[in-house]
Amino acid sequence: MSSAPSTGPLLSVEHLRTYFYTEAGVARAVDDVSFEIGPGETVGLVGESGCGKSVTALSILRLIASPGRIEPGSRMLFEGRDLLELGERDMRRVRGNRIAMIFQEPMTALNPVFTIGDQIAEVSRIHERATRQAAWKRAVEMLELVGIPAPAERAKEYPHQLSGGMRQRVVIAMALVMKPALVIADEPTTALDVTIQAQILDLLKDLQTRFGTSILLITHDMGVVAETVSRVIVMYGGEIVEQARVDRIFAKPHHPYTEGLLGAMPRVGESRERLQTIPGTVPPPTAWPSGCRFHDRCQYAWDRTAREHPPLYEVESGHLSRCHLAQEPQHRLQPHEPLVAQQGAGS
Amino acid sequence: MFAEAPLPAPAPARRVDRTARVALLVLGVLYAVAFLAPVIAPYSPSQQIDIVAMKNRPPSLAHPFGTDRFSRDVLTRVLYGARLSLSIGTLAVLVAAIVGTAYGLVAASFGGVVDTVLMRLLDAMLAIPRVLLLIAILALWNPLPLWMFVVLLGLTGWFDVSRLVRAEALTVREREFVLAAQSLGAGRARIMIRHLLPNVLAPVIVTTTLGIGNVIVLEAALSFIGIGVREPAASWGTMFHEGTEVFAGTWWAALFPGVAIVVTVLCFNIVGDALRAALDPRQLPRAPRALVGTRTAAGTATVQ
Amino acid sequence: MRRFVAVRLLHAIVVLFLVTTIAFFLIHLAPGDPFSFENSNIPGQVRDQWRHQFGYDRPLIEQYGRYLGSVARGQLGFSHSQRLPVSQVLALALPRTLLLMSLALALSFALGIQLGVYEAMHWRARRARVTNAVSLLIYSVPDFWFALMLLLAFAYWIPILPAGGMVDVVLHPYMSGLEAFWDRVRHLLLPLLTLTLLLSALIARYQRAALLEVLPTDYVRTARAKGADERLAVRRHALRNALLPMITLGGLAFPALLGGAVFVERVFSWPGMGMMVTTAIFVRDYPLILAAVIVGAAMVVLGNLLADIAYAWADPRVRVR
Repeated sequence: MSSAPSTGPLLSVEHLRTYFYTEAGVARAVDDVSFEIGPGETVGLVGESGCGKSVTALSILRLIASPGRIEPGSRMLFEGRDLLELGERDMRRVRGNRIAMIFQEPMTALNPVFTIGDQIAEVSRIHERATRQAAWKRAVEMLELVGIPAPAERAKEYPHQLSGGMRQRVVIAMALVMKPALVIADEPTTALDVTIQAQILDLLKDLQTRFGTSILLITHDMGVVAETVSRVIVMYGGEIVEQARVDRIFAKPHHPYTEGLLGAMPRVGESRERLQTIPGTVPPPTAWPSGCRFHDRCQYAWDRTAREHPPLYEVESGHLSRCHLAQEPQHRLQPHEPLVAQQGAGS
Repeated sequence: MFAEAPLPAPAPARRVDRTARVALLVLGVLYAVAFLAPVIAPYSPSQQIDIVAMKNRPPSLAHPFGTDRFSRDVLTRVLYGARLSLSIGTLAVLVAAIVGTAYGLVAASFGGVVDTVLMRLLDAMLAIPRVLLLIAILALWNPLPLWMFVVLLGLTGWFDVSRLVRAEALTVREREFVLAAQSLGAGRARIMIRHLLPNVLAPVIVTTTLGIGNVIVLEAALSFIGIGVREPAASWGTMFHEGTEVFAGTWWAALFPGVAIVVTVLCFNIVGDALRAALDPRQLPRAPRALVGTRTAAGTATVQ
Repeated sequence: MRRFVAVRLLHAIVVLFLVTTIAFFLIHLAPGDPFSFENSNIPGQVRDQWRHQFGYDRPLIEQYGRYLGSVARGQLGFSHSQRLPVSQVLALALPRTLLLMSLALALSFALGIQLGVYEAMHWRARRARVTNAVSLLIYSVPDFWFALMLLLAFAYWIPILPAGGMVDVVLHPYMSGLEAFWDRVRHLLLPLLTLTLLLSALIARYQRAALLEVLPTDYVRTARAKGADERLAVRRHALRNALLPMITLGGLAFPALLGGAVFVERVFSWPGMGMMVTTAIFVRDYPLILAAVIVGAAMVVLGNLLADIAYAWADPRVRVR
């Protein structure tokens, strides 16, 4: 695993806002998110479902469709160009070529009526205008690379003939054909068994060292993050609430939400009777709570958190946290029932 | 703005909802009209007003839909036609729904050999084109009383329903609450009625609603060639039972009953579609029957 | 694959056998027989002689057996009303109906699929919503009435097309090759238009729904993420899946067209199977009626068989187990 970027960031997302204009109101799925990914770096984007991580990923590739749109004022600099200023044709040259995406459900991400060889070969045919034979050869090579046995035969098979783990390997193979600079992996292991999960993560790490690809790994599972990334970004309520190197996040989490996520994670060697859960549920993006968006589920909340929306404070070097506790740490000593639990008890 | 890749989603629910409500309203009006025909019709449907002077008169104030070649008021006949056609349609699909549901439930609950035999028989019956079968029976057993006609219409149209019911029942049968009931000693009939039936009702309702339009058209078509409802009874079909050349001169006699049929069938289709969207998401004909064991209703307007 | 075809073929034969049996008993159990209702001047003895000649006085089971035997040999009996073997009557009428049906089928799918794809791709555009509403309207129109209206419109009020028949009864034998061809086309136009418009509306609706269901799927999104343009993502990935239900629909279209053909042929006096059946019924020509039902069923079964095979070929999930 590599450390901080050396020659300037590969991807720089600045004030990204992606809103969905629905009949139920405006859903601010991504609300002013900024981060960087350096060359060869693996960054984890963590949060529960509904916090905006997948939308962030789709926004980077500009796969957001009506009623959603990326708001003006957002910027996404990649390899020196603002992705939002590219015409559709130029953007297509980026997709699958310089930035590739791995989706969550391998079962449904592959087209059931084409062979897997065909689908992998398609990438080189799109971007390199390769001939059928050359593209097929490449596809078989990729299958071998991702560890699929008997790749030449398997390439002729259809997705429904493969197991979940193998399908995910195929999806990874598809993403890496053009040796992209950045791979966005959206929950690549969530739909898989635990043992297969480990294999896939190992594969990703291995490929990353081999090709020097940057990876943006999106997940809700802190355990996955511990294994693979160098830096962690935690999202909640459409915003970044904490950002730090992985060892700092685990050693000294600052934001109560991060604490909650870690508390919910089972750990070997710990003697705890019960896994902690965060009370309440993620609010809908059409109605983020006022002030700090986490305040109604937070056990340290006080009046300021309900009123004032916290900016990103720098709590140590390279460690950011969107929490007023940075300025008033004394409240951490007075945990109490979060607002949602109190309301629930009352009704 | 930026050129985003378009990823369309299905039509917004609200718009569809409004159309469906209007259609439902129109249907309500039609049924009311049908019910009240004897009260609101200006004349009697077989009343020949004046066979010399009033023959084939175009629409006028006294006769908004004109008169036909027997100098009968077309409006009256359309109103009475609603009465006849709507009741035939509704009753026929009810017959079809009952028979089809029973057949499908029995096939699904017994399973095994019984199921195979029943399904093969069904295949055979499905293969015979509905129209040909009806024409053959109606003409050969000429004349048949009206209630028999209705029953026949129903008996030739239950096949799709039974297929659907069987497929649905098969999935439900494997669910836990059925297994629980069985382990408590519930008999087959009890399971069929109390557990399977409520769960298969949704596709039945959808198919039935979409089927009424079919049957109304079928009745009209059969009456058109003279073997459905008989003259001088006024159904929307019998009103076409003149030679086509006649209509060249009296377009109103052909237009209004036809429009009535179109409006009615259209409303049933709209409501049926809305019901389908709400109750039964599997909308399309999918893999071949022999492999999956089910085929959703095609709901064609031309007859099957 | 071969096994699949063999099984389906066997299935088809069983179905046809059942159909023949059902149809036979249904028709022969009707009151009277072919000779009960003909010209009442004919004395009863002559009728009895006819009955005997054609075997209608034999026990029903025996008649059934003999019928099955002859069907297996390809002979469908003798038509009393036409004084010809049934197969000859069919040989004349069937191709005419098939001509109409196959042309209608081909045109409807060509038109319907295009329309459905257009409506799905631009589902929000006003023009697409209008065509969708129009499809729904056409889909709700009875075939015989539509035929009637078209006939009135284009043969009587604006008399540009013939009012019926297949060819001009009087002039056709005297026409030159090109004129004769054009004459046939003119006569074909209205019945074909009727069947095609109605069926296209149905197909367009289903195609639209099928494509709308496929467009938001994950694999189409994957295609876009790979850098595919609209054409590739939609025409290759989405459509390849969205066309599958159309194959099944093709199988279903057979009975629909057959039913429609009966009435449409009547309106346009098109001398095909539909006309043949309707006239045969009124003179109680049992062999002809029976043959019509069997042939009709055979067409339906064949249509479904072809559709099933085509579907298995097109969808690897079905083919490769």
